[in-house]
Amino acid sequence: MIAPLKINKETSMSMSHSSTKSYSLQESAITKWTLIIISLLFLLLFLILPLLSIFVMAFEKGWETYIASITEPDALSAIKLTLIVAIIVVPLNAIFGLVAAWAITKFSFKGKNFLITLIDLPFAISPVIAGLIFILLFGAGGYFGEWLLQHNLKIVFALPGIVLATLFVTFPFIVRELIPLMQMQGITEEEASISLGASGLKTFLLVTLPNIKWGLLYGVILCNARAMGEFGAVSVVSGHIRGMTNTMPLHIEILYNEYQFTAAFAVASLMSILAIVTIIIKNLIEWKAKNV
Amino acid sequence: MSIQIQQVSKSFGTFHALNDISIDIESGELIALLGPSGSGKTTLLRILAGLESLDEGVIRFDGQNITNVHPKERQVGFVFQHYALFRHMTVFDNVAYGLKVRPRKTRPPKAEITKKVNELLSLVKLENLANRYPSQLSGGQRQRVALARALAVEPKVLLLDEPFGALDAKVRKELRRWLRKLHNEFHVTSIFVTHDQEEALDVANRIIVMNNGKIEQIGSPEEVYEHPKNPFVYNFLGNVNLFKGRLHNGKLTQGQLEVNVESLHGSYEEAVGYVRPHEIHIEKVQVDNETVGAKIVHIHVVGPIVQIELRREDTGEYLEAEITKEHYKKLIVNKGDVVFIRPKQLKVFIPEDFSI
Amino acid sequence: MDITLKRKTRKNTVIPGFSLTLGYTMLYLSIIVILPLSMIFFNTLSMSWNDFYETITHPRVIASYKVSFGTALIAGAINVVFGTVIAWVLVRYHFPGKRIIDGLVDLPFALPTAVAGIALTTLYAPNGWIGQFFPFKIAFTPLGIIIALTFIGLPFVVRTVQPVLQNISKEIEEASASLGATQFQTFRKVIFPQLFPAIITGFSLAFARSLGEFGSVVFIAGNMPMETEITPLIIMTKLEQYDYVGATAIATVMLVTSFFLLFLINFIQWFSNRKFNRN
Repeated sequence: MIAPLKINKETSMSMSHSSTKSYSLQESAITKWTLIIISLLFLLLFLILPLLSIFVMAFEKGWETYIASITEPDALSAIKLTLIVAIIVVPLNAIFGLVAAWAITKFSFKGKNFLITLIDLPFAISPVIAGLIFILLFGAGGYFGEWLLQHNLKIVFALPGIVLATLFVTFPFIVRELIPLMQMQGITEEEASISLGASGLKTFLLVTLPNIKWGLLYGVILCNARAMGEFGAVSVVSGHIRGMTNTMPLHIEILYNEYQFTAAFAVASLMSILAIVTIIIKNLIEWKAKNV
Repeated sequence: MSIQIQQVSKSFGTFHALNDISIDIESGELIALLGPSGSGKTTLLRILAGLESLDEGVIRFDGQNITNVHPKERQVGFVFQHYALFRHMTVFDNVAYGLKVRPRKTRPPKAEITKKVNELLSLVKLENLANRYPSQLSGGQRQRVALARALAVEPKVLLLDEPFGALDAKVRKELRRWLRKLHNEFHVTSIFVTHDQEEALDVANRIIVMNNGKIEQIGSPEEVYEHPKNPFVYNFLGNVNLFKGRLHNGKLTQGQLEVNVESLHGSYEEAVGYVRPHEIHIEKVQVDNETVGAKIVHIHVVGPIVQIELRREDTGEYLEAEITKEHYKKLIVNKGDVVFIRPKQLKVFIPEDFSI
Repeated sequence: MDITLKRKTRKNTVIPGFSLTLGYTMLYLSIIVILPLSMIFFNTLSMSWNDFYETITHPRVIASYKVSFGTALIAGAINVVFGTVIAWVLVRYHFPGKRIIDGLVDLPFALPTAVAGIALTTLYAPNGWIGQFFPFKIAFTPLGIIIALTFIGLPFVVRTVQPVLQNISKEIEEASASLGATQFQTFRKVIFPQLFPAIITGFSLAFARSLGEFGSVVFIAGNMPMETEITPLIIMTKLEQYDYVGATAIATVMLVTSFFLLFLINFIQWFSNRKFNRN
């Protein structure tokens, strides 16, 4: 048997000196910092400066102009309309998301993948087309146009049209967050709950919902951000009636096209704050989900 | 290739993973690094492979200082715990990888690579799966691919990190036997990390028992099992019964039990005797003070061995004894019977032994 | 008999609500998505082939396809390069402010497109913060469209590459190094092939989104016919002129393209999953 080698202190000292790390499995510091600086420059040009410019432009003419821009009647009615649309759209899509995710993840049936593809469709469709299809259905020359006119009902160029177009555009957001989450969680907990005598609804409320609450919230804030910020689809169906069918993004467009830049950026800054809050909540949820 | 590990230390922040480790390994040995998790065994293995830098000390391969040599130049074959196969490459490409990435000057021609890989694949009995992807293989097959991949570069040293950890019991046994066979054929110096004492005893021809970044004992499987140097090794290798008592004049006293201990003199208030279950003798009548009464709590027959769980009448402590089936048949005991147990080989450790 | 039938339809599960939830899903999906979308095809079918063909091949429309495709392609390519670098930096390095940068990547998802549009236009206009430093015009040229589409598409690439990069275990790289590979070989032969499907998926997602993008582009494009007019804007213009038929015809072309892209993305994902992730 070989006894452990004994070395005197002197050599051991000199050895420890020579053992400073002379190679690395990671990239060199030059590569690392080059890549970091490239990334930061790119993000500065494309994300940080645009975001910053919104606030600078909004406050260019001072605080008072800013307040005036966002409290004038047309701006207030645009804010109100945007909120109404979100309040209608988000819960409807949330309910759909929960129901559809339940059907898709808790049962196996033929054509499931096709159904998921259909649900994804609105992601792949231009918002302008999303608006167009509702014009084709409910507009003056559309399929139901005549009938609607006779009954004095207005969908296009009115709130219902804006809601429908927004529903379409934000359709997949919540269900898309829930499906992978619920798939991962499987069905054993639900089966256990049912076997212990709970009803389907009780099982959903007490077992499923607590498990997916963060995913649901995540989907809801993403859906909300898009619902409030949608431009193309809403632009097609709204008719741009000031103080009536203008949402905030449309109001910004009008102000901008009328060269009222400060006012346009003031309203835009409100929407940017919404975006920043959305990102913060999203990160909080991610952090929460990771640490639960 | 022989390996000298000289006074190696390594810390991660405030955690001392390795503390002044020195080991000499001869060419062609098959070594097990055995220890609980956090004992530093994997860190030592990774340092040998160059995947981890060391804070102090020197590593020599065949006398040459390779402490600061990049892993790609160490000619070390490393088999990862979770195999680390390249999942976008077929089995063939995985094994060929080490040859294909060589600089053009030393890279073998394509035909030679193909020949070599096919040889290795037939060695690990995977020649029919050459075109499969790792995801299409079972755990045991993946492990064999990882081994073939490591062997392809003709390493001077083969390092295996918990090579059988993720496999089920049957496959594990098979691969163990196979690793030993492979080693007998190739004679490449091999070191494997394990926390499974049975695995270490079964495969290695020398075992290094590690704990808390230090070496507890180095020796052949028989040595470390039969003559553990300290309480840790005793505890870690195999089951053991403890007799905590007072040591006085060469006698360990605990409850009504009094055992002669010749090797140790002097008095200690807290000494601990260690006895393996198969070294506990069961008798039906009491002949002297070196036995103590115990009630049989449970009898468990596993093949040729009978495990008997007992509860001491005096202290209420539980003991485990192992006897052969033959002996058990002669003894005629039943659950609930009171018998007398005699520790045949008591190894006593005094407090100083624990404080290492 | 009755029991076996019931079990069959319920696929042997004790969990209730299958017909109810699937029924609701189909109904809602039909009303909000399928029915309205099918209008495009019904309306197109009512057109004569000649009218349809003439509308979709009008020189101004053809030019818009070129602008839309070209700019989306270039923006996608830019995002593939920088998105991958950013994902790499975010996964593998630590530096001050990393968490904020990581969060900021989502800005294009969260910021309304119109807001992004006016902000980018102001920045890249000839007298803007950034535009003034360039001797050539950026806003109101195809370059401006590329800027807007790069903004829109960035998170698609970063967020598809990032998790894949995160899941590449350190062991794989160590295995490669211990087998004698250089760092560059490890990247080229081990890391990049595993990232590739994600990069392609991210590119396709960004590209598909860019083709249909309207809000951020319409401000910065300048909207010159034949030069900086994107296809969605042509649809918009036709709608404003109450040319529903023409708008629908062009929408059909865009839809078919989108479906094809969607199919392609699913195929890539299916293919790469099948190859590497069985079990």
